[in-house]
Amino acid sequence: MRITCPHCGPRDRREFTYYGDKAYLTRPALEDARGWDGFLHLRDNIAGEVQDLWYHELGCAAWILVTRNTVTHEINHTSLIAQLHLTTSQKGTK
Amino acid sequence: MRLDHLGAIDRSMPVNFEFDGVAYSGFAGDTLASALLANGVKLTGRSFKYHRPRGIFTIGSAEPNAMITLIEGAQRTPNLRASMIEIYEGIRAFSQNNWPSLRHDVMAINDVFSPFLGAGFYYKTFMWPRKFWENIYEPVIRRAAGLGSLATEPDQSVSEKAFAHCDLLVIGGGPAGLLAARTAARAGLDVILADEDTTLGGRLLYEQEEIDDAPASLWLQKLLIELRALPNVRLMTRTTVTGLYDGGTFSALERVSLHMQPAGDLPRECFWRIVAKHAILAAGALERPIAFANNDRPGIMLANAVRGYVNRFGVVPGLKVSIFANNDDARRTARDLMAAGVNVVAILDSRADAPSAENCPVYLKVEILNTEGRHGLTHLRFRHAAGEAYLATDCLGLSGGWNPSLHLACHMNGRPAWNDAIAAFVPSVDMVAGLTTAGAAAGVFSTLGAMRSGQDAALAALISLKVKAPAKSKLRLPDADDATYRITPLWAQKSDTRAWVDLANDVTTKDIDLAVQEGFISVEHMKRYTTQGMAPDQGKSANVLALAYLADTSGREIAQTGTTTFRPPFAPQSIGAMGAGGQKKGFAPERFLTSHAASVSLGAPMIEAGLWYRPSYFPQKGETTWRETCDREVGLVRSAVGVCDVSTLGKIDIQGQDAARFLDFIYTNTMSTLPEGRVRYGIMLREDGHVLDDGTTAHLGPNHYLMTTTTSAASQVMRHLDFVHQAYCADWDLSTISVTENWAQFAIAGPKARALIESLSGQPINLSFMGFVNLQLSEIVARVFRISFSGEESYELAVPARYGASLWHKLIVLAKTYEGGPYGMEALNVLRIEKGLLTHAEMHGRVTAFDLGLSSKMSSKKDFIGRAAAGRAGLLGPGREELVGLIAPVGHTISAGAHLYPTDKAPVRENDQGYVTSACYSPTLGRYLALAFLRDGREKQGQEIRLVDHLRDLDVLCQVENPVFYDNTGERLRG
Ligand SMILES: [Zn+2]
Repeated sequence: MRITCPHCGPRDRREFTYYGDKAYLTRPALEDARGWDGFLHLRDNIAGEVQDLWYHELGCAAWILVTRNTVTHEINHTSLIAQLHLTTSQKGTK
Repeated sequence: MRLDHLGAIDRSMPVNFEFDGVAYSGFAGDTLASALLANGVKLTGRSFKYHRPRGIFTIGSAEPNAMITLIEGAQRTPNLRASMIEIYEGIRAFSQNNWPSLRHDVMAINDVFSPFLGAGFYYKTFMWPRKFWENIYEPVIRRAAGLGSLATEPDQSVSEKAFAHCDLLVIGGGPAGLLAARTAARAGLDVILADEDTTLGGRLLYEQEEIDDAPASLWLQKLLIELRALPNVRLMTRTTVTGLYDGGTFSALERVSLHMQPAGDLPRECFWRIVAKHAILAAGALERPIAFANNDRPGIMLANAVRGYVNRFGVVPGLKVSIFANNDDARRTARDLMAAGVNVVAILDSRADAPSAENCPVYLKVEILNTEGRHGLTHLRFRHAAGEAYLATDCLGLSGGWNPSLHLACHMNGRPAWNDAIAAFVPSVDMVAGLTTAGAAAGVFSTLGAMRSGQDAALAALISLKVKAPAKSKLRLPDADDATYRITPLWAQKSDTRAWVDLANDVTTKDIDLAVQEGFISVEHMKRYTTQGMAPDQGKSANVLALAYLADTSGREIAQTGTTTFRPPFAPQSIGAMGAGGQKKGFAPERFLTSHAASVSLGAPMIEAGLWYRPSYFPQKGETTWRETCDREVGLVRSAVGVCDVSTLGKIDIQGQDAARFLDFIYTNTMSTLPEGRVRYGIMLREDGHVLDDGTTAHLGPNHYLMTTTTSAASQVMRHLDFVHQAYCADWDLSTISVTENWAQFAIAGPKARALIESLSGQPINLSFMGFVNLQLSEIVARVFRISFSGEESYELAVPARYGASLWHKLIVLAKTYEGGPYGMEALNVLRIEKGLLTHAEMHGRVTAFDLGLSSKMSSKKDFIGRAAAGRAGLLGPGREELVGLIAPVGHTISAGAHLYPTDKAPVRENDQGYVTSACYSPTLGRYLALAFLRDGREKQGQEIRLVDHLRDLDVLCQVENPVFYDNTGERLRG
């Protein structure tokens, strides 16, 4: 399996560390108990396209959002989560 | 017998070798199989289950019978295929699975009992009583039925692993693969051409063929010269591509020096991971047998193997050769042999409408009734269109047709399609993205057809890679054989006795009959019930025959019956090569402290801390136990001064205008109020509210901080910081980097610590507790942190790592003048337990700041990672297990891992109140101490608790205490 790091190009998956679902990208408000329950515990078990977080630990230390398919094992897209954060915060959602 | 005028062997280079202790000789270029056949050795082994005499059956990597144990120098390797072993001077080969000898094998008695040993026999017979299985049945069965035995000594051979990248990987160097490689190479692609044979050419090496009206070998040599000269082509022979994985990654095993005269320091094998943008599978095809009565005798082999041994090695496998086939291709074998002057006694064709004009007797509509010959074929009895016959023959070339080698195309779960015209499975279209099949692997069997299909596959790859194709003039195909291939399917002929389907695992048509009779008609069930296809050869020659027979027996079409799942590896693959470099030090890298050599020279036993090695203790003359040394070292620190290398702590440099704000977000407590030149203790949580790590952070200068982490969590914390930064505050002005390896850091602890540092630097030190200062040490600037992990006045001195060894040496010499010395991990642990300080024995992932008594460190004035979850009711008592100290009565031992129970209840799980995380003997207090988690423990201070270690047989009444046993007011610490 190979993952394309937006900085480093296609690399062997052994260079990456898996974290979890992209749900971790959105922290709920402090008092939103239901939101935190979802953030911490509730995950779908998808056969098909998923988005999850990988760390290029043996590379450039970038955190990467990987869009991949659990059925075909295809990796459809990768993007830097830092870039994603910048884009969303510029839109004024933060 | 050897022919003088044929073969690609080097007759000027005789090679002596041994087989079963008998000396033989062959030539350079021989395989063990060809050399044995040349010496008239037909019996090469005993079969897996029935111990039937067996001989060489194939000419390549599909060999099911001739399994060999090879002794090369000190190396002993079992289960090698004779057809894959190249011989060289002095190798010793042994047959397997026989006792006392190959010709007189006692276990051949299994053959007599064969009616009882059919499929499912083991499952049915040896199941009860259950406990007999491990102790009695299994060892006996293993001894009786099996393969070669492993060497008992560790494997000393060296293998390697390597990565390769290319635009196009061509698998197979026959006509199709060669043309594919030529076309892609001429277009400028980076090409890897891999083939498992010792030379490229594939089928051309085994056939008598003409290309462009000259011997095929001339055309081949010319092409290879062109390919070798191209810088964008890598030719890999002796390399079997064994698997196809996600993302265009292939595994391949190269036999670098395997089965070659030892030369220099070449590795034995190399395990490759090849990443290719596109791949062409041109692995050829494998001939398959036909099942008939007693079709397993030595001398019965595949027809292409018979002609291959003649054409490539000049070896005649028999003096009276016969051919039995259902297709035209086997006629080539007869013709090549007759042209070479070999005596072909008959062609037996199962078809009624096959041509009968050959220069030898041809029988049509043949049905073989039986074979004879104890240790090798002597006679055949068969029925044909005009009656019955009894034929004297010592070699039967057998062909039931050809199966495309499409295994790799199926490794990603693809299912092939049945093709009636060639009676074989062929690859379906688009089985794997980026992989095209060509030549015989795609069911195109003629030489010209294969070449065209290889070239077309390469042209298609060029289109998908958006690379311009070579000029038309560079694409001319040579004149080559383009004969059509005709076959009338025949799988098995009716037999009263056994007819073998799978030679390697001794599976007969009767076994499949039984499987069907008992309801195992799914091909996957049949496979597991009969073990068909589960031998080292993975049923390469047997699988299609088996499932076709299953289809017939269960009244289905082959297409409907389907195939079993193809899984890597394509051919046996040594684990030693896959794990190359992974032994001993290669298993885990070693991280050494700058003081490592000095510690070792002082006799300190080194212990692992993650990948680090740290000194356990520094024994002195006369000390006989580690405890004795440890107690002394603790005393040094408490009464004088001790020196300890603490460089393993993680160090993260944090800079930027938002650094302080970031630290507030990471730590539960506030860091932004920390003045320059000060250090603060902090804890950080995971988002689920549990403690991730603790440590100190120093404010080094404007917008510049240094965070320290525990040794074990260093990389985890780095990952965490990067995540929080990139996911939640990428817009902040901030950069973080690990500098753990850049600094050597030493703790100097004890009442005389300050005097030592002043003597080292030649200047007075006036630094309060939790202060930081830069200190000039001759030409370098050292960092001094007044922090303590021992409870004594303590300084940690950090210098660039290249000065570490030299500073350590100076510190040890100085410490001596103050009646101090080095201390190791054991003493460090005792000192911190006495002071109630934490490690990951306590912060084990399931504890909260509340549990650790650190609730006051959770700021309510700001957001921080983990704040929301840490505030959940269940994480904030009551009923939580809280950190406490335990003191044992004098003379009693307590241990980490022990559990805690009320004094008035039985020590059983239901009454469990907590557990011990760290324990030690405290020389300072003269008794055992422990840190433990105890339910609602803080309110139980002063009470007694029963400590029981069921494993070590300890049962001690302990006193529950504040976890800070020593200097609770911190007077010594602040000095
Ligand atoms: Zn990267």
